[in-house]
Amino acid sequence: MKVKLKSISAAVVAATIMATAVPAMADLTFPMLSYRTGPYGPNGTEFADGYADYFTLLNERDGGIGGVKAVTPECETAYNTQKGVECYESTKGQGALVYQPLSTGITYQLIPKVTADDIPMHTMGYGRTSAANGKVFSHVFNYPGTYWDAASVIMKHVSDMEKGDLKGKNIALVYHNSAYGKEPIRTLEELAKRDGFKLTLLPVDHPGQEQKSQWLQIRRERPDYVLMYGWGVMNQVAIKEAGNIRFPMDKFIGIWWSGSENDVLPSGDKANGYKAVTFHGVGTDYPIFDDIKKYVADTGKAAGDGSNIGTALYNRGMYAAVLAAEAAANAQKMFNTKEITSGQMRDGMESLKVDNARMEALGLKGFAPEINVTCENHGGPGLAAIQQWDAKTKTWSLITDFVASDRDIIDPLIAEDSAAYAKENKLTERECKS
Amino acid sequence: MFYREAGDFKTSYAKDQQSFPIKLDRYWVWGVLAIAFLVVPFFINDYWEKSVLLPFLVWSMAALGLNILTGYCGQVSLGTGGFMAVGAYACYKLMVAFPGLNIFIIVILAGLITAVVGIAFGLPSLRIKGFYLAVATLAAQFFLVWMFNKIPWFYNNSASGMITSPERLMFGVPITGASAPPWATYLFCLTLVTIFAFIARNLTRGRIGRSWMAIRDMDIAAEIIGVPPLQAKLSAFAVSSFYIGMSGAMLFGVYLGSAEPTEAFGIDKSFLVLFMVIVGGLGSILGSFLGAAFLVLVPVLMKNIMVGGFGWPADLAAHLELLFIGALIMFFLIVEPHGLAQLWRMTKEKLRLWPFPH
Repeated sequence: MKVKLKSISAAVVAATIMATAVPAMADLTFPMLSYRTGPYGPNGTEFADGYADYFTLLNERDGGIGGVKAVTPECETAYNTQKGVECYESTKGQGALVYQPLSTGITYQLIPKVTADDIPMHTMGYGRTSAANGKVFSHVFNYPGTYWDAASVIMKHVSDMEKGDLKGKNIALVYHNSAYGKEPIRTLEELAKRDGFKLTLLPVDHPGQEQKSQWLQIRRERPDYVLMYGWGVMNQVAIKEAGNIRFPMDKFIGIWWSGSENDVLPSGDKANGYKAVTFHGVGTDYPIFDDIKKYVADTGKAAGDGSNIGTALYNRGMYAAVLAAEAAANAQKMFNTKEITSGQMRDGMESLKVDNARMEALGLKGFAPEINVTCENHGGPGLAAIQQWDAKTKTWSLITDFVASDRDIIDPLIAEDSAAYAKENKLTERECKS
Repeated sequence: MFYREAGDFKTSYAKDQQSFPIKLDRYWVWGVLAIAFLVVPFFINDYWEKSVLLPFLVWSMAALGLNILTGYCGQVSLGTGGFMAVGAYACYKLMVAFPGLNIFIIVILAGLITAVVGIAFGLPSLRIKGFYLAVATLAAQFFLVWMFNKIPWFYNNSASGMITSPERLMFGVPITGASAPPWATYLFCLTLVTIFAFIARNLTRGRIGRSWMAIRDMDIAAEIIGVPPLQAKLSAFAVSSFYIGMSGAMLFGVYLGSAEPTEAFGIDKSFLVLFMVIVGGLGSILGSFLGAAFLVLVPVLMKNIMVGGFGWPADLAAHLELLFIGALIMFFLIVEPHGLAQLWRMTKEKLRLWPFPH
């Protein structure tokens, strides 16, 4: 029976794989390790829709990238690392050009694998921050900004609100108790040392439904500011709890992953004034959305149910797709071929330049700062702005310009952490020709 | 006709007491092992390794461990995820501390460390039983995961609290790390699982296994006939944790390559292994494998059929998969409460009588 069961199921599995895994080599493949289920599903859905819709737009409007159609096979990870690995293995054979797993846990899992398989991975504003050091992490990119840039920009904003004096202030960090949430701690500790504020750490365990004790502590200690590194349902709960204890919302600032409509809408008016950092523009006030409406939404080709267009995470997913498509086009130009390989895609990403003129041509004028990726710096400019929620109009709006982070604090930390990784894995830094 | 003892004469006690006294059983087992060892390694690719075979082997090992404790000794445990975490972190610390050490030895040592931890958390089982013991092991689950998340020494002070397995060799071939070839990791796990499944099979047939089963069936009666509960229960906890620790070490070191405690070793993993044992069959070695195969491979199979075969959206398939797996578990528990292994036992009985049933 054991044999029979196994052999039968193996035969069925083999048959289905053979039937499906015929890679369409003529297309440019951008596999999506997305998640539309589980406690992180609402956030994952918006990002995935934005990512898929931009490629649909390119296919419908321009006939693809450089005349080659882009395809986005989707694989559901449910934000689970084990499923993420399975998705990676099942899609990499289809000619995958770049992976964007939208999960720090899966990113850590895939860093050694993508490097061995010569496939680039773009972890836009998440993942392993020290991957910004391109000399150690050849195949991992996290432009246009990292977790540590975000922490620094948030603290700059706090400093501005306090007229530059943070001495003796108490700043609490509410974070997802995982690799993701722990990332900013080291940066914030350095900043606390430099600026003389007190840092209180409040971990929240997956999935983050239960935060009573954390917010009780906040109510008791009354920190001057609360920062949040949350994701999924944890964000909504935290913003609700903050409303319940009447914490001043303009002193509650989230990372860019804690700044979507999903997070603030459940709290209604209480969420008014909540802030989050962001590395791109908000809303639909950009010409590209006219094209998305015309070619994607109105023709019924939108991913999902098409209701997410213009949300904060949709825009981010779209921006991720824009950068991926730009890098692919760059690689096509560099190697003078239409059908690029994943290795060529990596080179395309490493020499990616997106200036303001190009952004305007894309219909995204002022959407995000210029990007200039180099061999040494895979972390991009690290500029970010602060967005604030208006509960009346139910919209986000940018309240600051895109400002730079404290690179003099972050760069040594990146060097230190990437050196530790290189040592653990016996890597030598590669040389960068310039 | 196809499957019977008639004509299969035994002329010595050794032959009568061998693991698989029926000839056909023996041939099946040798046949499966021969295919697994001699054929599969030549055809394995990354996908089959990472999505099908390694998870199956790793979870089989965990299910074997829990089956020893719950199926054979009757001690319900919800601490499997925590014990797997102990194995994984022991593996990591050993790998980093002794770079030259053979990975095979590291996995065994990780199992031994977990066995010691398991004995410590097994101590309450001498005073409490049933649901209360389940709650006590639940405490182990939460405590261990919390500890690995809280104390930076366990993850060598990395910024993110994740542990990543460095490359380690065996006979000059990398077994862990990204450049490990699929056949090597597969053979490594297969060898471990085969050896320890064989040991488990013989442990449960011998004196120790019988003392476990006596405790399971009625602990007071067992004590009266001279089975010491202290030794029987603690040895079950030790052996079970040893297996679970090794599976945790393989999960982290060989299969995933990096892990964080809350996600890779959460309470859901404890339940997953418990379901494997219950669906597969309590108190059966074969059941551990069948249960692991059922809960690891069926989701992959369903995903391939729905997304790959029919081209349905990935999220719809994910929801349907949850629904179907739940329904299948209930179906099997209603139709065959003793698990998949019992189906095989009944098939055997029927085959013996065929074509002349009573």
